[in-house]
Amino acid sequence: MTSQEFASNVLPRRSLKRVPSSPRTLFSAVMTVVAFACAAIALIPLISVLYYVIINGAGRLGPDLFTQLPPPPLVKGGGFGNAILGTLLTVGMAAAISIPFGVLAAIFLSEFARDTVVADWIDFFTNVLSGVPSIVVGVFAYALVVVTTGTFSAFAGGVALAVLMLPTIVRTAAESLESVPNETRQAAIGLGATRFQTTIQVVLPAAIPAIVTGVMLAISRAAGETAPLIFTALFSQYWAKGVWEPIASLSVLVFNFATVPYKNQQQLAWAGALVLVGMVLITSILSRWATQRKR
Amino acid sequence: MTPNLQTARQTETVFRTENLNIYYGNFLAVKDVSIKIPKHCITAFIGPSGCGKSTVLRCFNRLNDLIKSFHIDGKIYYHDQDLYSSEIDPVEVRRQVGMVFQKPNPFPKSIYDNIAFGPRLLGYKGDMDVLVERSLKQAALWDEVKDKLKESGTAISGGQQQRLCIARAVAVQPDVILMDEPCSALDPISTLKIEDLLQELKEQYTIIIVTHNMQQASRASDFTAFFNVQANDKGQRTGYVVEYDRTEVIFQNPMQEATREYVSGRFG
Amino acid sequence: MVPSTNDSQSMNWHRSEASRWLDKGFIGVTGFFGIAVALVLLAIALRVSIDAFPAIQKFGLGFITTSRWNPVENLYGAWPQVYGTIVTSFIALLIAVPIGVGVALFLSEDFLSPRIQRPIVFLVELLAAIPSVVFGLWGIFVLIPLLTPIGKWFHETLGWIPLFNTVPVGPGIYVAGLVLSIMILPIIAAISRDALVAVPLELRQAAYGLGATRWETIFQVILPAAFSGIVGGVMLALGRAMGETMAVTMVIGNANVASPSILAQGSTVSSLLANQFAEASGLQISSLMYAALILFGLTLIVNILAELLVRSVRLKL
Repeated sequence: MTSQEFASNVLPRRSLKRVPSSPRTLFSAVMTVVAFACAAIALIPLISVLYYVIINGAGRLGPDLFTQLPPPPLVKGGGFGNAILGTLLTVGMAAAISIPFGVLAAIFLSEFARDTVVADWIDFFTNVLSGVPSIVVGVFAYALVVVTTGTFSAFAGGVALAVLMLPTIVRTAAESLESVPNETRQAAIGLGATRFQTTIQVVLPAAIPAIVTGVMLAISRAAGETAPLIFTALFSQYWAKGVWEPIASLSVLVFNFATVPYKNQQQLAWAGALVLVGMVLITSILSRWATQRKR
Repeated sequence: MTPNLQTARQTETVFRTENLNIYYGNFLAVKDVSIKIPKHCITAFIGPSGCGKSTVLRCFNRLNDLIKSFHIDGKIYYHDQDLYSSEIDPVEVRRQVGMVFQKPNPFPKSIYDNIAFGPRLLGYKGDMDVLVERSLKQAALWDEVKDKLKESGTAISGGQQQRLCIARAVAVQPDVILMDEPCSALDPISTLKIEDLLQELKEQYTIIIVTHNMQQASRASDFTAFFNVQANDKGQRTGYVVEYDRTEVIFQNPMQEATREYVSGRFG
Repeated sequence: MVPSTNDSQSMNWHRSEASRWLDKGFIGVTGFFGIAVALVLLAIALRVSIDAFPAIQKFGLGFITTSRWNPVENLYGAWPQVYGTIVTSFIALLIAVPIGVGVALFLSEDFLSPRIQRPIVFLVELLAAIPSVVFGLWGIFVLIPLLTPIGKWFHETLGWIPLFNTVPVGPGIYVAGLVLSIMILPIIAAISRDALVAVPLELRQAAYGLGATRWETIFQVILPAAFSGIVGGVMLALGRAMGETMAVTMVIGNANVASPSILAQGSTVSSLLANQFAEASGLQISSLMYAALILFGLTLIVNILAELLVRSVRLKL
């Protein structure tokens, strides 16, 4: 048997024409439809969440919402000014702890330990840390701060959020620093700058926009976190008295008021959800805009 | 442009292009290509980089379809069928017009499964072992890998990988094999092995090979098309065919001065 | 002029000496914080273990297999919660893996022009950014009213199967599983998409060149090549699902039982912590710490495996 015969025997030459009914073509068409369907299904919950948050929450928007205290059951009006303030305070403390901590660690990873075993391990631990459930981080902050100081407090909540923000900040800051071209460093060192000067005066400023983007995302995530706050910062019906007192936060307010049977408080929960989603939406769009502009 | 066939044996034409223009969006990449590719011959496309020779090659198996902005005007006929007619199934075209790429690209599967990939897709029912052995022998690789058919296709040397890719293309028994600079990533010894292989393969297959290497074109091919590139006032570079003829004519007695300069190495 | 040159030279020398110390100090400080990041993880493990120790001592491994939560007699066992964590995560994966990989394929193939595709990628990312408590709120007021009739139908038609043998009363394990699947879907989609996009174009061309259709290429070449990356993404998603707290707490019903029926109410380790921690004391706190330690251990294993898988993919590229 010659090769030619072999060829035509084993795999007969077929027409080049399209056969829409052939199993291969049908299978491809069906799978393409399935892929489109998957994308559609994935977007339904997002659209539904946004829709209900807006229609249920928008009605309560107004200046009172941001300046008044939460109302008792069945009383009209009120707002969640204390919760907004509490969220700002806890997240502010978390940022004050985690940003310097994270950026310094990132400088070490990117500038002084790049491609070393140490950096590899820190990187590994950072990634694993980012996978620790936020409720466990809450437990940790409880054991560390609440038990030690003997009181639930805004500070305990801040510590919990700081631990949650830390991996994101380390990772985004290290990535931003690493993306500063080496020529920039060499130029500075060539002019006689020390490594400290090079890092602080040249590399860090060049990376700042990207770091800010990462920090912004970390902050907006932290502001939506609830689990680590419910037994660290707890909640309060009143205005914050200080960082060593339990404090209200927007996310815990949504949780508390979602599970009560009173319409007025449920409405407040929806309004709180709207503010949280709005905040996430705005930071996501801003950071996306910032990264796209850079490209 | 028809090669001077007076001295050649008369053969059937496999591909025929008529005034083929290739665009990416509005950009004209290659213009006015009219050539005939004869059966059971090796046709080489040579020319400076950016002259569109690979682009033309990839039109013959409709691989350019993967690029969204790609479109052509003019015609390409494959055995007198309009290759870009709406009723043609590009998947079926690629099964009959095989391709070997610049960089060896075996699948991260066993050597055996690399060869069996195509026949399995096409629902081959016969003895796969026989087909695998036959394909590897055709690619002159059998003796080197017969004891390690279960090992990964990516674990062998670059030259062996490229012959594996040839065996993989041969396994579906194509009509034509397109080769896009198949030796550019290989050492000289592997290159010579593949050139020898081409002479055996052309007994059964029509081969079109794009190459940077003029010695390779002159050694291995029967016909040669010389492509060149010209820039318009906007700086857009468009490729075109300068001359297409029997290989010995192109290399020894070309009609065009540009061809003479290029093959004698004075080009660019 | 000569003395002044000397002067400036000696000043330079002094400055470089000082700055050398500054450099060293700076590297030291950054190194301290770098290592401290890693130590935070160890600190969490250590602190939670120490505080869980009284409960570990008292209940041993029986803690995981017994179903009791009795603050009056101070007897604790977290089997319903461990069971609930596993079942809800499993349901979530069952739904989210096929859809998530489908989304990843949709977004890695060129079905749409990049101008339409990019906003969809953004929307999927946005889904991951919605706070858990908002999903919980939505779950209570939108999803539960929607699912309860469906659950009832399942109970009426398939009630003889243990999986559906309880009457749905609103919150339940199946609601929690569904909410979790929505929350982990973007993780699976994003990481799978990265893995798919990283498959070299040459392999795709090789398959097309042999006459494979788009979906033959996907199933036989692209998905196998991206497999370990996709599995890594699924593991990360599993870790997230196991630890997810607020949305689950709000829709699962928080019943201290391990029912075979997915229509029944239940609880997870994280919902137990969320519900009890603020008001607990003594051995109950220690038992909650024990439960937290179990959750930490489970997610740690899953996350380390995920990290190793995702890493091995990155190294290959």
